[in-house]
Amino acid sequence: MSEMQRIGAETQNIGDVQALMDAFCPMHVILDASGHIVHVGATLQKLRASLPLEGRRFLDVFELRRPQSVNTMDELLNSAGLKLHLRLRGEPETALKGALAPLADGRGAVLNLGFGISLLDAVRDYALVSSDFAATDLAIEMLYLVEAKSAAMEASRKLNLRLQGAMIAAEEQAFTDTLTGLKNRRAMDHVLARLIEAGREFALMHIDLDFFKAVNDTLGHAAGDHVLQNVARIMVEETRSDDTVARVGGDEFVILFDGLTDRETLVRVAERIIRKLEVPMPFGAHMCHVSASCGTVLSVSYDAPDAVQMLADADLALYASKHAGRAQHSFFRLEMRDAGLSPEISGVIPAAVAPRKGTAGEAENRRKDRPI
Amino acid sequence: MHGLINRTIQGFVSDTRGETLWREVAERAELGFVEFEAMLSYDAEVTERVLRVVCAQLNLPLEALLEDIGTYLVSHENTEAVRRLLRFGGVDFVEFLHSLEDLPDRARLAVDDLRLPQLELCEHAMDHFSLTVTSQPVGFGAVMLGVLRAMADDYGALVILEYFPATQGSERIEIQLIEAAFAAGRGFELGARAV
Repeated sequence: MSEMQRIGAETQNIGDVQALMDAFCPMHVILDASGHIVHVGATLQKLRASLPLEGRRFLDVFELRRPQSVNTMDELLNSAGLKLHLRLRGEPETALKGALAPLADGRGAVLNLGFGISLLDAVRDYALVSSDFAATDLAIEMLYLVEAKSAAMEASRKLNLRLQGAMIAAEEQAFTDTLTGLKNRRAMDHVLARLIEAGREFALMHIDLDFFKAVNDTLGHAAGDHVLQNVARIMVEETRSDDTVARVGGDEFVILFDGLTDRETLVRVAERIIRKLEVPMPFGAHMCHVSASCGTVLSVSYDAPDAVQMLADADLALYASKHAGRAQHSFFRLEMRDAGLSPEISGVIPAAVAPRKGTAGEAENRRKDRPI
Repeated sequence: MHGLINRTIQGFVSDTRGETLWREVAERAELGFVEFEAMLSYDAEVTERVLRVVCAQLNLPLEALLEDIGTYLVSHENTEAVRRLLRFGGVDFVEFLHSLEDLPDRARLAVDDLRLPQLELCEHAMDHFSLTVTSQPVGFGAVMLGVLRAMADDYGALVILEYFPATQGSERIEIQLIEAAFAAGRGFELGARAV
């Protein structure tokens, strides 16, 4: 038996119940045997300031959400001991929680109500103040916590935003070659992995400058840097904005052409880059002469493209270009791999020579590569 | 020292004396940055250095500066959130005084690593209290003096406050309540939000 039920049983006078409830529970309702409101706590009445609740039928003022389909006083009395979910009818609509205890001798019932999580809205909607809550109610503490936590969260959020900005800047730096402004090796690895992961069709072109060492040795590093910056600018100009141009070593570059595997187009791009690089670059009173060798692999040549393999194969194609007399472009062919890594004999080994590693995947590669 | 405390000193200087002066302070204190982060922690030595520079720049003794910071914390529009959180402590000034002992715990509920000084209220008579502030380093008592002055205004209470500097690590404030409802004070709606 609940405390409230005992109160009802022991006190014959309903006025005593009312006085007790007024002292402790500013959101209580006392009902008579027919389910009409005899008395309400001051705070509850404040929720409908222009509508005196006393004398009205309880279920006309409050809608019972749980348990549902409660339409009579008898059904209401049956909910004694349950946790009730109610809604105040009319505007503003406010959700309430409560519990009911029947009064002794069928004289009616007492309900005590509370806001639950709707507290924040209720405090705003009805301009409630501290004295509207029972001294033991944790409502004020909850409001305090909500505000304190929001303030702390806001400070943390601002810090996070600043940290995120700093992180993006740091990443940007970590992915950029500071001399040329191109992507660096790390960035290229990331993009390459992403293209493979996404199953994109793309081409990977490895470019190595010819005669760059001579410029560095005879005219100094400043001239070398100047040449590298020019080279970078030309490569960016000759590629599309969504291609990835990276400087991956001293005078080595990799270009990733997303969505481009057309051989003729790639040859045209490579030849244009080589032609432009060969235009002598003035540095002070001197002219710097460089050229480039290129080697290209296509993702579509592989059943399951692998970043390390593609880079190694592009390297082989590049050496083939070097040994065919520099300043030219080659596509990778499988026989380059069969020739071992010795650049001296690349490009001259017939396709019939067996590969060093034999797997089902590679056999498929061979079939695809042969028509080159 | 918690970033919130350093940030308060920064806010006091830039909100009441201007952003330019704060930049000067940051430079002279050799912070290496301009903005304190509210949610990070700093060496206590950094805070001391900043306070020394601010005292020199404003030509104020340390206690007076700390009291001004306490007043700023409650009365400036940029720190409205702090005023509101303090007002949750009670519906009148006396109830607020009694809530001060809970203040360090309340602060920790919101920001776990914020350590506020220990506050102890002694009620000598209905209208006579003393607040003992124990902190390391000392100085929070002077801040609390400013806070109490501004909160009394906020509640519309008329009080006389007397400050006694640290003896054995504890500062003390004597509070004489002349009239609890002397002026209208500032409003406090539970449902309004500063943030």
